Amino acid sequence: MHIVTPAAALADEKPILSVRNLHKIYNEGKKNEVRAVDDISFSIYPGETFGLVGESGSGKSTTGRTVIKLEDLTSGTVVYKGKDITKIRSSSEMMAFRKSMQMIFQDPFASLNPRIPIKNIIGDALRVHHICKTDKEVHNKVNEMLDIVGINRSYANRYPTEFSGGQCQRIGIARALCVQPDFIIADECLSALDVSIQAQIVNLLINLRKERKMTYLFIAHDLAMVKYISDRIGVMKNGKLLELAPADELYHHPIHPYTISLLSASPLTDLQQERKRHRIDYDPSVQEYAPEVKPAMYEITPGHFVYCSYDEINTYKQAAC
Amino acid sequence: MTTDTILKVNNLHVSFRTLDGIVDAVRGVTFDLKRGETLAIVGESGSGKSVSMKAINRVLPRKNTIFGKDGEIIYEGKNLLSLPEEEMESIRGRKIAMIFQDPMTSLNPTMTVGRQIAESILTHEDIPKAEAMKEAIKLMSLVGIRNPEESSRNYPHQFSGGMRQRVMIALSLACKPDILIADEPTTALDVTIQSQILDLIDDLKVKLNMSVIFITHDLGVVAHVADRVAVMYAGKIIEIGTAEEIFYNPQHPYTWGLICSMPTLDTTDDHLYSIPGAPPNMLHMPKGDAFAPRNAYALAIDFEKEPPFFKVSDTHYAATWLLHPQAPAVTPPAEIIRRQEIFNTFMKQEDGGSNYAYRHTSSGAR
Repeated sequence: MHIVTPAAALADEKPILSVRNLHKIYNEGKKNEVRAVDDISFSIYPGETFGLVGESGSGKSTTGRTVIKLEDLTSGTVVYKGKDITKIRSSSEMMAFRKSMQMIFQDPFASLNPRIPIKNIIGDALRVHHICKTDKEVHNKVNEMLDIVGINRSYANRYPTEFSGGQCQRIGIARALCVQPDFIIADECLSALDVSIQAQIVNLLINLRKERKMTYLFIAHDLAMVKYISDRIGVMKNGKLLELAPADELYHHPIHPYTISLLSASPLTDLQQERKRHRIDYDPSVQEYAPEVKPAMYEITPGHFVYCSYDEINTYKQAAC
Repeated sequence: MTTDTILKVNNLHVSFRTLDGIVDAVRGVTFDLKRGETLAIVGESGSGKSVSMKAINRVLPRKNTIFGKDGEIIYEGKNLLSLPEEEMESIRGRKIAMIFQDPMTSLNPTMTVGRQIAESILTHEDIPKAEAMKEAIKLMSLVGIRNPEESSRNYPHQFSGGMRQRVMIALSLACKPDILIADEPTTALDVTIQSQILDLIDDLKVKLNMSVIFITHDLGVVAHVADRVAVMYAGKIIEIGTAEEIFYNPQHPYTWGLICSMPTLDTTDDHLYSIPGAPPNMLHMPKGDAFAPRNAYALAIDFEKEPPFFKVSDTHYAATWLLHPQAPAVTPPAEIIRRQEIFNTFMKQEDGGSNYAYRHTSSGAR
């Protein structure tokens, strides 16, 4: 049996992050065991934006948090820039890892310390990572970051509570960006924001990707936005990665019944399309395989992977044609 | 569907006394609601959409809230703003019900959901307790809760977010209201659940012949539910019209911005259109049009004088100086031009137009 992993899709390039058989299980072996992330594998290539979608509880945030080592993984490997992140022992290695990979959190208020003015929220990151040596350098760099995210320099002495949600989110982005990371995990960073602010943040992220060749892991549940920003998208449910494909391919030719259902439920901003939309309900029994069947990710069409049993491959392949 | 007006809001002003001064949260909102229609109110946070709805049901804090003198909310020939509290109690919940964004904080965590629904029935109807409980179970099955009998003995925390929202809807329907005000009922929910809840509200609306006011900031949700759409900015309705008119022939630059800043599944442009800046501080409102500082199409007069409503069609009004006969012609964003072309084609084909607007009650203007 030949199992194709997503990496085969772009085998000629080396991934910046490769996740293999990642498990994150809470209360393992106990009665209240939760398999938050259950055997998922994917790779992200330099300069790529990888979208992760799924309903709440599907394990998409846990995947992000495990990759950046906010949670310890249960089993599997996460290799970032050729290094296994579970092998990071010394604090200097950890610092280098954190400098290279940063996270933007969902809740802009909860992720900023309310008792520290924003110039220090951003400045502390610079000092901790020894990017700036003198206070003057820190000051200049903070101002530069505030310019990039579009916050008035004169607000540097203010506290997070004095800003709106959109501004706080931008301060969170400034903090993540100031250490010049190569990789950013954006965990639902748009969902707390108003429509007009969302567009500003998305444009900012896209600009930075162009200017600094950044790689994103973009976690969200707004499908239209994920499609807009991502190159490839993975669909998660119950801790499993069900489908992985280039963004356009996934939206125009979804294969897994769950993806089809998810897309059919997503409201469209176009009135005519929206009125024609019919919701297709997902039957979870599709995911229940007999214990002897070992489902895995199979490549149905080039670059398009679906989680299914060996027997289902042909049905899906025919459906894709 | 009939076309009689069930609720009329006239020049509603709501201000709050705060430590920093008086905040004008709602600055002259006027609209009609027809029987059986769904009116969506769209706007950013702080635009006053929730406050105006709470004013209708008079659930704003009595202290520190100031209503404008000539503001009126006419329901069944009575002005709700001047009604004594006892009379308001017979309308609130019974005739005009509300569902909120966060179902967990709106439900009592120490009471089984069945009892909560039954309690709400009992306050408005004089029937035996056991019968109210039966009624509650019937309502729970109506909103699609599985095993309603068993679930009615459960507490709110035992339900998922989507199911809790269904309980909230059952609770608000307990008295078969004329008007259901849904304040962002699906914002906290997943798309699949959201889609189910929207269909449920749509279904019940027809079954119970209710009118629905739907507050949201998601244009996808608006497209799904709305017959008519009102767009609010800084405490005012700046554009109101049928869903077709707002989606395909918007006139106000703010509506343009809202529509363009949400990508559709076909959007491939390099950049999303975004409205620059942030909403104004309601404590220090700028002179003239509140949107002018963020408006790329602002005219000189926008900074001097607030625009009145200009009529676009019998059902479509927009408050922008661009519609003034003497205003210079401007070119809207490409996406809007594309949409206006669609609008012109289906409005010209007499059949296509009426076929397209089959869902609509003929709606009067503000």
